[in-house]
Amino acid sequence: MIYLGYIFVFVGVIAFLISAIGLVRMPDIYTRMHAGTKATTMGMILVILGAICIEPSWAWKLILLAIFILLTNPLSSSVIARASHSDGATLESDELKEVEK
Amino acid sequence: MFELVTILLLLAMLITLYRFLKGPTLADRVIAFDVMNIIGVSLLVLLSLYFQRSLYLDIALIFGLIGFLGTTIFGRYIEKGI
Repeated sequence: MIYLGYIFVFVGVIAFLISAIGLVRMPDIYTRMHAGTKATTMGMILVILGAICIEPSWAWKLILLAIFILLTNPLSSSVIARASHSDGATLESDELKEVEK
Repeated sequence: MFELVTILLLLAMLITLYRFLKGPTLADRVIAFDVMNIIGVSLLVLLSLYFQRSLYLDIALIFGLIGFLGTTIFGRYIEKGI
């Protein structure tokens, strides 16, 4: 059970690393937001799952933390996307506009 | 094991810090700040496993709450100004 928890924590940290690399390499604001929020949600859930496997007696606090992350993380990404859209940020390659031309 | 995972998490935080310092617009910095917050929360979870103290989980919950509040307030600031 403990080794299963270690594997979950390790995969979650790899997801965090992929998210950080995507945050540096993506070209514009919307794709950066995509890399920065979805992958970190997955990494956080995997780290919490691994912590539940390692210490089963703390499960309630960890489940509360997981529910909290699942509620707030998409909300903050939506707030940032809406704000930068109304601020006038554009996509790097907008294929729909190229078709319309 | 925990040392390796902590070093990998700090590496991810360092890569995110590059985007935070360089980012062309304010929204890029806010996203990088959000990602650093979540990495900090998971670092606190790993710290509570390493020291065997469940007190750090409460700190992680409050840290996530404050970080979410900061992200939302910055989004509102980008949209409407002060």
